[in-house]
Amino acid sequence: MLRIDLDILQQWIPIGGRVLDLGCGDGTLMRSLADNRQVTGYGLEIDAEQITTCISRGVNVIETDLNQGLDNFQNDSFDTVIMTYSLQVMRRPDQLIDEMLRVGKECIVTFPNFGNIRTRSYLMLRGRMPVTKQLSHQWYDTPNIHFCTVHDFDALCEEKNIRILHREVVTERFPDKQLKGLLPNLFGETAIYHLAK
Amino acid sequence: MPEVFPADSVGLVSPKHFTFDAPLELSCGRSLPSYELVVETYGELNADKSNGVLICHALSGHHHAAGYHSSADAKPGWWDAYIGPGKPIDTRHFFVVSLNNIGGCHGSTGPRSINPETGQPWGKDFPPLRVRDWVTSQAKLADRLGIEQWAAIVGGSLGGMTAMRWALEYPERLRHCVVIASAADLTAQNIAFNELARRAIRSDSNFHDGDYIEHDTIPRDGLALARMIGHVTYLSDALMEERFGRELRSGTFQRGLDAPIEFQVESYLRHQGDRFAHNFDANTYLLMTKILDYFDLARDYDGNPVKAFSHALCKFLVVSFSSDWRFAPARSREIVKALVAADKDVAYAKIQSDMGHDAFLLPNARYESVFRAYMSRIAREVGTLRTAEEKGGAS
Repeated sequence: MLRIDLDILQQWIPIGGRVLDLGCGDGTLMRSLADNRQVTGYGLEIDAEQITTCISRGVNVIETDLNQGLDNFQNDSFDTVIMTYSLQVMRRPDQLIDEMLRVGKECIVTFPNFGNIRTRSYLMLRGRMPVTKQLSHQWYDTPNIHFCTVHDFDALCEEKNIRILHREVVTERFPDKQLKGLLPNLFGETAIYHLAK
Repeated sequence: MPEVFPADSVGLVSPKHFTFDAPLELSCGRSLPSYELVVETYGELNADKSNGVLICHALSGHHHAAGYHSSADAKPGWWDAYIGPGKPIDTRHFFVVSLNNIGGCHGSTGPRSINPETGQPWGKDFPPLRVRDWVTSQAKLADRLGIEQWAAIVGGSLGGMTAMRWALEYPERLRHCVVIASAADLTAQNIAFNELARRAIRSDSNFHDGDYIEHDTIPRDGLALARMIGHVTYLSDALMEERFGRELRSGTFQRGLDAPIEFQVESYLRHQGDRFAHNFDANTYLLMTKILDYFDLARDYDGNPVKAFSHALCKFLVVSFSSDWRFAPARSREIVKALVAADKDVAYAKIQSDMGHDAFLLPNARYESVFRAYMSRIAREVGTLRTAEEKGGAS
C-alpha cells in the first residue's frame, strides 16, 4: 500500500505525463505512476541502496545531490516535478522550489506539517524538540533541517507568487481527520501542495 | 595436473578465430579486403538468441575478458571480476561475447597482420580507424553468431564509446547499452595525454618511423614510457599515496651512504611499462589513441548529443567513479543530461572509489551491486532469469 500522501497526489498527475521525482527513494512512487498512470520520467536519489533498488525495479534513477540544483534539466521539460517528504532536508528549500517550477510545468510538494497539534503540544508541554512516530530523530542527528508549517508554506508561495492549485492536509488519527478541514495547520500531519508558476 | 579455478570463474577458455572474406568498408574511405577477429565467448546462447551480451574493450584491452587460458595462468581475463557464474554479467544467464577489435594486436587483424597486397605486415600503413568501424565489424560478428539483437552491449572507457556508437548506428540491434567511466568525446587534457604517449613512442630510436618490424626491433622504451604516462593518469593521487607513499624500494637517505635510491612508485611504474612493452604493439597504440581522440558521439548530428541520442532505441545505464579524472563523473553527467533531454530511459550511478579511471576494472561492492541489479533486470526481460529467483524485487 502506498503512503497516504503518495496516494492522494497521483490524481493530479496527467495520464501518460512526464514526471521528475526528487528524492525518489526506492522508486515506489515512480513504479506506481508508471503502472497505474502510464507515466514516464526519472527519479533523483542520493542514497546508494535506494538507487540499487530503483535499478532492479526498472525505475530510471539518476544519482543526484539535490542541493546542487537541477542544472541538468531543461526549462519546462516535465509535466510534473514531485518532491515528497524531502523539502525539510534541503539546504535551501526555497531555491529548490524555484528550480522545480523552472523544470516542470507544475509541481507537487509534500512535507510534515510542524504546525500540527502534536508537535506544538510536545514542545509546549515537554519543552523539548518534538520526536514523533513520523519525525523520529533527535535534534542533533536529524536530517530534517528546515521544518515549516502549512502557514509558513502558504506565506512562501504568496511571497514567490506561486499559484496553489490544490492543497490538502492528511492525518491518520481519528478525531484529527474530522477537524483537519477546519484547521488544517493544527490537525494536518502531512501537507500536500500542488503548485504552478 | 588438477585444474582448480574459483567456483565463480568461467574456468578454462580458449579463443576462437572468425575469418571474414567480404571487404570491410572503413570510414576513412579505404577498405580491409578481409579480416579476422579473435573472440572468446562465455555461457550459452539461448534458443531464441536473445541473451547475447557484447563486451567492448578499452584502449589496451582484448578478447580475453574472463577465465583462464591455462591452469598455469597467474591472472584471469581483464574483466573477470564482473563476468562469470554469479557475477554481475552472469554467465548462467547470458551468452557473453568478447573480441579483440580490428587494429588490435592480440590476434585480430591489425598492424602486425600481413597486408595481402604486399605480403608484408601492415605496420604504419594499416588504415586509420574510427569507433564506427569497430561497430561495423562487431555487427558482422553478431550476424555470424546469429544474434539479431544483443540483450546488452557493455563497455568501459573507449568501450563505453563503442557501446554508445552501437546505439546510434544499429538502434534496433541492442536492448540495453551500459556505459561505464566514459564520455561523449575526449577533453583537450585527455588528447594531450594521448599525444604525450604517442610522442614517447615516436621518439624511441627503435621506432623507425613505424617500420620497426622491418628493422627487426621494437620501440620498447617508447612503449613503456607511453604506458607509464597513461598509467599514472588512470590512478588517483589518493590511491598512489595509499599504495606507495614515499616508501623506498632500495637505497637509504642515511647520511654518509650514497646507495642509489628508488621509490616504490618508480619501481612499480617501470614494471608496468616494461610488461606493457612486451605485450603491445606500438602502431596499435598510436592507432587506438587516435581512435579515442577522434571519437565525437555527436559530430554527425550537428554536434548535438541530444539529437544524436534521439536515434537510440535502447535503455541506458551510465556509471562513473568519483576519483576518475580522465573520464570524470561530470562527463558521464553530460551523457545522462543528453539522454534525459532526448527522453531516453537511463539510470545513473556515481560510485565512490579511490581507484581513479581503473576503478571500472576493479572489485567494488557498490559498483558490483548496481551492475548486478541492472544486468539481472535484463536477464528477467530476456527470460533467462525467473522473477521468483530474484530477492526483494517485488513491487
